[in-house]
Amino acid sequence: MTSPSTTADVVAPKTGSGSDNYLVHDKGFLSWALTLDHKRIGIMYLASVLTAFALGGLFALILRTELLSPGHTIIDHDTYNQMFTLHGAIMVFLVIIPGIPAALGNIALPLQLGAKDVAFPRLNLASYYLWLLGAICMLTSLVMNAADTGWTFYAPYSTTTETAVAPAAMGAFILGFSSIFTGLNFIVTIHKLRPPGMGWFRLPLFIWALYSTALIQVLATPVIGITLLMLTVERLLHIGIFDPALGGDPVLFQHFFWFYSHPAVYIMVVPGFGVIGDLIPVFSRKRIFGYKFIAVSSLAIAFLGFLVWGHHMFVSGQSTLAGSIFSAITFLIAIPTAIKVFNWIATMYKGRIHLDTPMLYALAFLWVFTIGGLTGVFLAVMNVDIHLHDTYFVVAHFHYVMMGGAITALLGGIHYWWPKAFGRMYDEKQGRFGALLVFAGLNITFFPQFIMGSRGMPRRYYNYLPEFQDLHRLSTIGAYMLGLGFLMTAFYLVRSLKSGRPAPANPWGSRTLEWTIPSPPPYYNFHHAPTVTRGPYDDYDTLVYDEKIGGYVEKTPSA
Amino acid sequence: MTSPLLLLQPAQTPLHLPERTTFWMPLDASVTAADIDWLYMFMIWMSVICSLGIFAAMLYFVMKFKAGPRSANETSEPSSEHNTALEIGWSVIPLLICIALFVWGFQGFVNLRTPPKGALEVHVTGQKWKWLFEYPHGTEDVLHVPVDRDVRLILQSADVLHSFYIPNFRVKMDAVPGRYTDLWFRATAAGEFPVFCAEYCGTAHSDMLTRVKVHEPGGYEKWLADVKKELENVPLPQLGKLVVEKQGCLTCHTTDGTPKIGPTWKGVFGKAEQLSGGATVNVDEDYIRESIIDPTAKIVDKFPPSMPTYKGKLSDRQLSGVIEYIKSLK
Repeated sequence: MTSPSTTADVVAPKTGSGSDNYLVHDKGFLSWALTLDHKRIGIMYLASVLTAFALGGLFALILRTELLSPGHTIIDHDTYNQMFTLHGAIMVFLVIIPGIPAALGNIALPLQLGAKDVAFPRLNLASYYLWLLGAICMLTSLVMNAADTGWTFYAPYSTTTETAVAPAAMGAFILGFSSIFTGLNFIVTIHKLRPPGMGWFRLPLFIWALYSTALIQVLATPVIGITLLMLTVERLLHIGIFDPALGGDPVLFQHFFWFYSHPAVYIMVVPGFGVIGDLIPVFSRKRIFGYKFIAVSSLAIAFLGFLVWGHHMFVSGQSTLAGSIFSAITFLIAIPTAIKVFNWIATMYKGRIHLDTPMLYALAFLWVFTIGGLTGVFLAVMNVDIHLHDTYFVVAHFHYVMMGGAITALLGGIHYWWPKAFGRMYDEKQGRFGALLVFAGLNITFFPQFIMGSRGMPRRYYNYLPEFQDLHRLSTIGAYMLGLGFLMTAFYLVRSLKSGRPAPANPWGSRTLEWTIPSPPPYYNFHHAPTVTRGPYDDYDTLVYDEKIGGYVEKTPSA
Repeated sequence: MTSPLLLLQPAQTPLHLPERTTFWMPLDASVTAADIDWLYMFMIWMSVICSLGIFAAMLYFVMKFKAGPRSANETSEPSSEHNTALEIGWSVIPLLICIALFVWGFQGFVNLRTPPKGALEVHVTGQKWKWLFEYPHGTEDVLHVPVDRDVRLILQSADVLHSFYIPNFRVKMDAVPGRYTDLWFRATAAGEFPVFCAEYCGTAHSDMLTRVKVHEPGGYEKWLADVKKELENVPLPQLGKLVVEKQGCLTCHTTDGTPKIGPTWKGVFGKAEQLSGGATVNVDEDYIRESIIDPTAKIVDKFPPSMPTYKGKLSDRQLSGVIEYIKSLK
C-alpha cells in the first residue's frame, strides 16, 4: 500500500488558472444561479453560510452586551429571548449543520474522489435553494414577531407563545430537507464515483467523516421534520400532541427533538473531525497515525450518536432506568473521540510541522475540542449533570464543541481549500494573527461560563444575581475579541480575491487528489478519472517544494 | 396570585447565593451535595491532567518537530503509524475511567431519585413566573423546610415546563404540566438559599426566583405555629376571603350578583330564599353554616344539589370567617 508510485493519469500540476477555470467558465448571474457545478454550488453555500454566521454572530454580540450588567442594559426581556432563539436557530440550522458538508464538502468531495461532480448535480442545486427558502422562513419569523422559544422549540411553551413560531419551525423543517439532499448525494457519490484504485481505506479522512455525517443526515433528519410539522399542526389546528392542555405529552416532544438533535450534534462536529484529519498529516508532512481507526471511529460515533438522546433529559421526568442506559452509552462515545485526539497528536510525532494558518486552526481545534470533550464527560455523569443541567456549564460545553470544534474546523478548512477554490493565496501573516485572535477570544468568552455554570448560573437568563457579573463581563470581552477576529479574517480573505498571489496547484504539499489539478480547478475537474495507487497521506517525500511557484510538485523520477 | 400571607411576613433581604468556600461550586448545604462535589472535583483534576498532558505533547511536538521555511529538500524521519501497546493503552485506560465514572454517577443518581421514606412532603407548583408551595395553612411563595430532615417536593406545572433548581443543594427537576415529578433533599445548614427556574419559560424566566428558608431545629414547627396563630388574628371577613379563595368556592359561587352553578353571595345575607320543595328560608348565620356542613339539606330552588360537604375541613373560626365575608358582600 505504500509503493512509491505516483498517481497516474492525472493532469500535470500547473500554476495559475487556465481559461477553463470554473470561476470564469461561464459568466453572468444565471450562470451561477442555475449552475450544476458542485464547486460553484459550494461557493454559493459558503457565501450564504458565512452571511448567516455574521447575522448569528451579531445577535451573539448583542446578547453578550446585554449581559454586561444584570437587568436592563440595552434590550428588554422579550427581545433578549427572541435574540437567543434566533442566535441558536441560525447558528445550528443555517451555519454549522450545512457549514462543512454543504460548503466545503461540495467544493472538495468530488475533487478528492477524482470525480467530475457529485452523483446528482440537480439535487445538489435543489439542496441549496431549499437552504435559501429555509433561511427566508427563519427571517420571516424575525420580521413578523421573532420566535422566543429557544432553538429547542420545547412544548408546550412553543405551542402557546404568541410569537411567530410556525415560520421558524417551517424554516427548520425545510432546512432539514436541504440537509437530507446533501447527505443522500454524498452517500451515492462516495459509493459510486470513487476512481479506480480508491478502495474504502484509501479514502481521505474528510470523505470518511462526510460519509458518516451523511448517514446521520439521511436517517435522523426526517424525525425533526415530522416533529416540527406536528408542532406546527398543534399550534395552528390545536390537535393535542405535545400540549397537556390538549391531551398531549410535552416529554414526548423532548424525545422526538433529541432523537434528531443529538445525532445532529455529530452532523455538526464529525465533518470537523474530517477536516482536522486531513490537515494534520499534510502540515506535519507525515502519514496519519491510526488511519483505519480514525476512519471507522467516525462511523462508530455516528452509530452510537443515535442511542444517547436521553442524556439531554436526566431531569425531565424520564425514568431512572432509561436515564442510566443513556448515560452508559454516552460514555462509550467518549472512547473513540478520545482516541481520535490521541491519533492526531501522535501524527505530529517526528513530523516536520509547518505552522501555516490551517495548521494553527487544527491545533486550536485540538485544544478547544479537548476541553469541550472532557467537559462533556461531566454532563454524562448523571448526578453531576443534575446540578449542571441547564446552567452556563452546558452553554460553555457546547460552545467549546460547536464553536470551538465545528467553527474552528470550518475556518481551518476554509483556509486550507481557499487557494484551491479561488486560486488566490491570502496573507499568511494576517491569517496567523486572525487565528490567534479567534483562539484567544474563544477561550476568554467561554471558559468563564464553565465557572459560572458550576456556581449555579442558569442558562437563558436575561437577569442574573450580581455575584455573576464579573464573569459575565469577562465573557463579553472575549466575545468582542472573537468578533474582531472574525471581522479581520473576513477582511483579508475578501481582499485576497483581488490582490492575493495566484495560488499554485499544491501550495501545502497535500497528497489528496484535489491538489493534483490546477487552482482553481478546471470546469470539468479531471479530464478522466485518475487511477489511485496509494493512500491519501502516503509518500509526502515524493513531493518537493518549488520556490518559483510557491508550491509543491511531484519529484521527477531522476531527481 | 401572590399569597396574601406575604403581607404577614417581614420584608425580605435581596436574594444572593451564600459565600462560597471553594472556587468551583456554590456552598454545599445538603447531604447529597458532598458526593456530587467529590465527583465533580475528581473530574476537574482528571480533566486538568488529561488536557495538560495533551497540550504539553502537542506543544512539545510543535516545538521539537517544527520545520524551517519550506525548501526543496525537506524529508521527514521515518516513524511508525502504529504502536499496539500505545493504542491499547489509550483505549483501555479511558474506558476504565469512564466505567468508574458511570458507576459513581449512577449510584449518586439513584440516591437522588429515591426519596427516603417518611420525608416531609411539600407540593410545589411552577407557573409563569413564580413558585407556589402548599402548607397546611395555605399557599406560600417561599419554601420553608426544617434543617436535618428529609424533604420530598412533589412538582407540577400549571402552564409550561419549568425546572426547580437549588444550586446549594445540587438538586434540579423539571416541573411538567400534566404529570407529577419529584425530588428530595436534606438540608444540612440553616439559612436562606436561592431557588431558580432552570427551564426556559418565557418573558420573566430569569425572574422566576424564590428562596428556600431552612429553619434551625424547632424553627420550622415554630414557624408553622406562628403563621397559624397570625392567621387566627386576622379579622374574620379577611380570613373568610382567604378561605373561599383557597378552597375553590368561587368555582361555583360568585361575589358580583351573577348566579353560577350555585347562588351568588352578593346581597344574599338576610334574604328570604325559595327552596326546592316550596319552603322558604331566611339566610342567616345558621343557614350558611348548615349549607357548608350539610349542603344538600336545604337546596335553593332551581340549583342542583352538587356541593360537597366541608364538614371537618374548616375550623369553627374559618366557618365564622366565611359567614362574615358573605355578610360583607352587599
